[in-house]
Amino acid sequence: MSIPKYKTAPLKVWAKAKELREKYYKNYMTAHDTGGLRWAGGAWSFGAIPAGLGRDVYPLTGEPYGASIAFKKDFSLKCLEAVERKGYARDLCSYMRNYWGSIILDEFAFGGKFPKPDFHFQDHICCSHSKWYQVASELEGGIPSHSIDVSVGPYIDVNKSKIDYIVAQMHDSIEWLEKTTGREYNDDLLIEAVENEFRSTARWAEICVMNKARPAPLDEKTMYSLYVLGTLAKHDGEFADFYDELRDEVQWRLDNGIAAVEHEVVRLMSDTQPPWGFLKIFRYLESFGAVSIGSLYTFGLIGIFEDKPDGSWGARETPMQKGIKIESRDQALRLMADWNLSKPEWQHFYSPHLKSKMMLKIAKEWHVDGVMLHYNRGCEGLSLGIAENRLALIEAGYPVMTYEGNMGDEREFDESQTMSRMESFMETLGLNQLAV
Amino acid sequence: MIEKFRAWNKNRHEYAIEWKKRTGGKVMGYFCTYVPEELLLAANILPVRILGSHEPQDVTEPHLFGMYCPFSRDCLAQGLKGRYDYLDGIMIAHSCLHIRQTYTSWDKHIPRDFSYYLPVPQNLQTPHSKPYLANEYKAFKKALEEWIGKEITEEDIERGINAMNDNRSLLRELYVLKERENPVINGEETMQVAITQQLIDKNEHSALLREYIKQLKIDNKQHDKTRLMILGSENDDIEFVEMVENCGSTVVIDEHCIGTRYFWNNVEESEDDKITQIAKRYIDKPPCPTKDWMDRNRVKHILHLAKLYDVKGAVLIQQKFCDPHELDIPAVKKALSEVGIDTLFLEFDVTVPIGQFKIRVEAFLEMIDNDDLF
Repeated sequence: MSIPKYKTAPLKVWAKAKELREKYYKNYMTAHDTGGLRWAGGAWSFGAIPAGLGRDVYPLTGEPYGASIAFKKDFSLKCLEAVERKGYARDLCSYMRNYWGSIILDEFAFGGKFPKPDFHFQDHICCSHSKWYQVASELEGGIPSHSIDVSVGPYIDVNKSKIDYIVAQMHDSIEWLEKTTGREYNDDLLIEAVENEFRSTARWAEICVMNKARPAPLDEKTMYSLYVLGTLAKHDGEFADFYDELRDEVQWRLDNGIAAVEHEVVRLMSDTQPPWGFLKIFRYLESFGAVSIGSLYTFGLIGIFEDKPDGSWGARETPMQKGIKIESRDQALRLMADWNLSKPEWQHFYSPHLKSKMMLKIAKEWHVDGVMLHYNRGCEGLSLGIAENRLALIEAGYPVMTYEGNMGDEREFDESQTMSRMESFMETLGLNQLAV
Repeated sequence: MIEKFRAWNKNRHEYAIEWKKRTGGKVMGYFCTYVPEELLLAANILPVRILGSHEPQDVTEPHLFGMYCPFSRDCLAQGLKGRYDYLDGIMIAHSCLHIRQTYTSWDKHIPRDFSYYLPVPQNLQTPHSKPYLANEYKAFKKALEEWIGKEITEEDIERGINAMNDNRSLLRELYVLKERENPVINGEETMQVAITQQLIDKNEHSALLREYIKQLKIDNKQHDKTRLMILGSENDDIEFVEMVENCGSTVVIDEHCIGTRYFWNNVEESEDDKITQIAKRYIDKPPCPTKDWMDRNRVKHILHLAKLYDVKGAVLIQQKFCDPHELDIPAVKKALSEVGIDTLFLEFDVTVPIGQFKIRVEAFLEMIDNDDLF
C-alpha cells in the first residue's frame, strides 16, 4: 500500500478556540461580581431563551463540564466516588455523576468552590436529563429548576401539534424566568440569540461537510475541541463569529490541500462520545495512517443538516438564508423548536434505524473505509441502538470494530485492551504502523 | 379461583392463540403502560403486554448493548425466540430509552402487520401535555382505523373506557382488601391477578375477578405476617415475591407498573371529548420515574400508599441499569426513612439469585421485627 504524504499546518484559530472556552467558564464564575446571572442546564437546552434576560446572563452546560472533569482523572474519581457515597448507581450518566460530584465536593474543575447557578434551565431528551437537575437542585439546597419536554418523535413526523406543545412550554419558561429572576424579558435579545444559534449550528455543519475531501482538512480529535463551543453556548454571538472564521480557514485548507494528518491512508468514522481521558487513541490510529474524519456524534450533536436536492447531506439552510425576518417571540420560538428537532443526533432517540441511515450516508459521502464504535457505558442516550447500528454497517459492507468504555468514568475503560483491539482492526484494514 | 389466574399467567401465549381462534380478532403486543388500551378495546383488539420469561438467553447480544436493562433484553428474547409469533401488531408508548430499543429491534427483526410508536409527553406536570397527548391519541386512532379497515365510533370508545374502568376498579377493590389488618390475599396472589390483567381479555378477567373478590370477602384466610411494600422497576417475578412472603411477610402494596401504577386511576367523565378524557387519565396516573419531574410527585404517592397500607418495611427493587429508577431510589429511600420505614434495596436481573436474596430478606425482616436471634 502506498503511503501518501500531505502538507499539514496547525489551525490558526486554535488559540482563539481555547481563549473563548476559558472566557466562557470565567464569565460564568464571575457573573455575580458584576450583578449578572448564572444558569446551568444541558448542552441540548434551548439556551437562547435565557439569553433574553440580558447580556450578563451566563450558562454552564452540564455535559461539557462533566467531560472537562473526566479529562482531569484524579478529580473525576473523587467526584464519582462522592456520588456513589450518596447512594447513586455507578452506571448512571458519567457526565451527570461528575457534575453532581463537583457540587457535593463543592469544588469547581477550573478552581475554587462550585459556583452555584441562580437557576437550572434544561430540556428532557433522555431519561436522565431533567432528573439530572432535579437531583442537582436537591444537592444544592433547592435551586429553581425548569425543563422543557421535547419527546415528540423524529423530525420526519413533526407536525403543528408537536411544535405547539414545545412552543407552549417555551412561552411558559419565559414567564418562569421572569418570575424566578425578577428581570423583564427582552424579545430582541431572544431573536438575536436564536439567529446566532442558527448561524453557529449551520456553520458547523458546513465545516463538517468540508471533511468529505480527501485528504480531510480536520481530524476528529481536533474537531472535538472545536464543536465544543457549540455545546457551551450555540446561541452566543462570539461563538457564531468563531464558526464563521473557522469555516473560512477550513475552506483555505481545502483550497491549499492542507491535511489534518500527514499520512491519510484510510479514513475512519467513530460513534458516540469518546473516553475523554484517553483521546490519545486517535493519535495511535494516526501512527497507522488512519484518520478519523468525524462521526454522527461530532457532526450532528451541534451541526444541523438537511438532505440537499442532489441527495447529499449538507448544512441546513437557515431561516435568515431563506429571507425570513424574525419579528416576534412566538416566531423565534417556533423556528427554534423546528430547528432543534431536526438535529441529527436527536433522531436516533426514536429509532436506531434512522441513525443507521445517517451513519451510512456519512460513510458513503465522507469516503469511510472502516468504523469504530464506542460502546459507551457512560451515556445510555447516545449508545442507544448502537448494536443495531453495528449490524446495519456490517450489512452494508463496512468493516466495524467495537470497544467498550465510558466517556467520563475511566474505571470503565481498559486502555491496553482497546489499543490491542485497534491494532487488530488496523491489521484487518491492511495497515501496519508507519515507519516515519 | 386463584388457580385460574395462575394458569392464565403460565399459559399466556396459549390463551392469546386460543382467543384469536375463538374471536377472529387481532392481538396487539405492547410495551409500557402508557399505551391507551381503551382505544385497542374499542377496535376489538386484544392488548397483550410483552413480558420476559425469566430464563437465561443468548439471542439479544447482537441487538442490545449489555448496559441496557435485563427486562428490555428478556422481552426482546421472547420475540427473537418466536414466542410471540401470534401477534398481529406491536406498539410502544414513549417511555424509557431501554424498552424503546426492544421495540425498535423487534420492529426490524420480527416485523408484524402493524407497528406504532406512540409519542407520549415526558413532562406530565405541564398543562400542555394533555391536549398534546389527546392529539397523539387521535392520530393513533386514525392509524388503527386504517389498519382494521373500520371506523372506531364514539360508542366503541365508550365501550373501551368502560371495560378498562371496570377492570381497574376491580383491582382497586381487590387492593382495598389488603388495607385490612390481616389481609385475605397475599402479594403473590395479587401479582397473579395484576399480571394477568395485562394479558387477558378485560371482560373475561373482570368477570373472574368479580367472583374472586366475592369469595375473598367471605373467606376466613388471613395473612398476619410483617406488612411489606414492594416498589421500583417493572417486576413480574412471582418466584421472588413468593420467597419474600415465605420468609415471614405479606406484600400488602406495590408501586410497580405491573401493579398499582397500571390500574390506580380511571378515565373520568367530563365535558371533554372521550379521547381527551383518556389522555387525562394517562397524564394523571401514578408516574413512571422517567416522567416525574421537576416535582417529585412519585415520592408523595409512595408515602401515601405506605401510610394507607400501614407498611412496616419496603423492598426497593430495581432492574439492573434502569436509570429512571436509579435516579429516584435515593430520594425514595430517604423519604421512607424519614417516616420510619426501613428499606431493603435489591437489584434484579433476568433471573434473580433467590438464595442470596433470601438471606438478605430474612435479615431485613429480623431487623424490622426486632426478632430475638436466640
